[in-house]
Amino acid sequence: MNRETAASRFEPTVIAYCCTYCAYTAGDLAGSMRLEYAPNVRVIKVPCSGTINSLLLLKAFEDGADAVYVAGCAVGDCHFLRGNLQAMKTVEYTKLLLEEIGLETERLEFFHIPASAGPLFAQRANQMTERARQLGPNPLRSGTPFGAGGKLAVPPDQHPPLPTASFGVLKRHAEQEQ
Amino acid sequence: MIVAQRKSFEQIAQMLEPFERVLIVGCGTCVAVCMAGGEKEVEILAAELRMHAKKQGRKLLVDEITVTRQCDKEYLEPLARYIDQYDAVLSLACGAGVQFLAERYEDKLVLPGVDTRFIGVAEAPGVWDQRCVACADCILDQTGGICPMTRCAKNLLNGPCGGTNHGKCEVDGQKDCAWTLIYRRLEKLGRLDLMRKIQPPKDYSVSTKPARYVHPAFEENPQKSTGD
Repeated sequence: MNRETAASRFEPTVIAYCCTYCAYTAGDLAGSMRLEYAPNVRVIKVPCSGTINSLLLLKAFEDGADAVYVAGCAVGDCHFLRGNLQAMKTVEYTKLLLEEIGLETERLEFFHIPASAGPLFAQRANQMTERARQLGPNPLRSGTPFGAGGKLAVPPDQHPPLPTASFGVLKRHAEQEQ
Repeated sequence: MIVAQRKSFEQIAQMLEPFERVLIVGCGTCVAVCMAGGEKEVEILAAELRMHAKKQGRKLLVDEITVTRQCDKEYLEPLARYIDQYDAVLSLACGAGVQFLAERYEDKLVLPGVDTRFIGVAEAPGVWDQRCVACADCILDQTGGICPMTRCAKNLLNGPCGGTNHGKCEVDGQKDCAWTLIYRRLEKLGRLDLMRKIQPPKDYSVSTKPARYVHPAFEENPQKSTGD
């Protein structure tokens, strides 16, 4: 491969949200096994794949990620019992949101990667990178002259004082009498 | 609480098409709990709109803010600092919130981002069920805490009708017969005598629209009870 084709070759950025108990441990194992996988993958460790929410996934795409995947435990192996099942639902729902926006749903995926599966971790990383390469760059990645906008922070002093919460507090009539 | 459902993205995008600067205002009370218009939903919708516009090469600035409640004046006041900077405001509150926001900022176009559905409860994560139709004449004391006005398809006050089918409703076989539920509950409570009581026709005049209520302590001319 000459230098020009190497420079013009599109290198995708892939974000991987990895559960600390399974997928992230599998990533560690892949490293210990000296397995080579695509350097395009940016691994983000999360306490459980169930903590992932649609907003986090959408923001990754808004900030220019070419592909995003969530890697959780095998079915029935979740440290928090049902976190991986919730993550699968969240990913499915976020795919609908991507469809609304007009982005390819293939850019987002959920994988089960058990802690003992180092080679599988490397395989999934390569698979997702290859997929992103075929899909091409995220159309939202760059070249926008427009301001992106964002959250308006309300100064705390602008909020009116909240009433003292007394919900869920049992008031016993007999005790008040004393 | 009031349960709402976000409008389809297509509908929202169409509403916002003529505008370049949009403020999305979320509501931190009912619609936040039913995952339709709280802080997180505002962020998701704003991100979606920005990405959609960018993909189409259209200029669109979308900012976000969420207030504690849109149905109380004091929470709408802080918006006065920002609202002039936008062409339109998309409110993710229930119908009441949208209207109150539009009332407070009369010269600003306020658009609805959700469809308000009903007064209900959270049955399971992500599942809501209607429990009240705000009929302004509560009879739950007579019916073991189960509302026939809401849960009976025919609003029967003296049920069940002949269409009850092994605990299900003839109108919709998936739904429970409210009066079977009421019978079972009263049986459990040992208050089946309430079933024999005939309910008089309901007074619908108390539920005419638009309803208004003034707390007695806040009446303009309270009736004097000085004991003179």
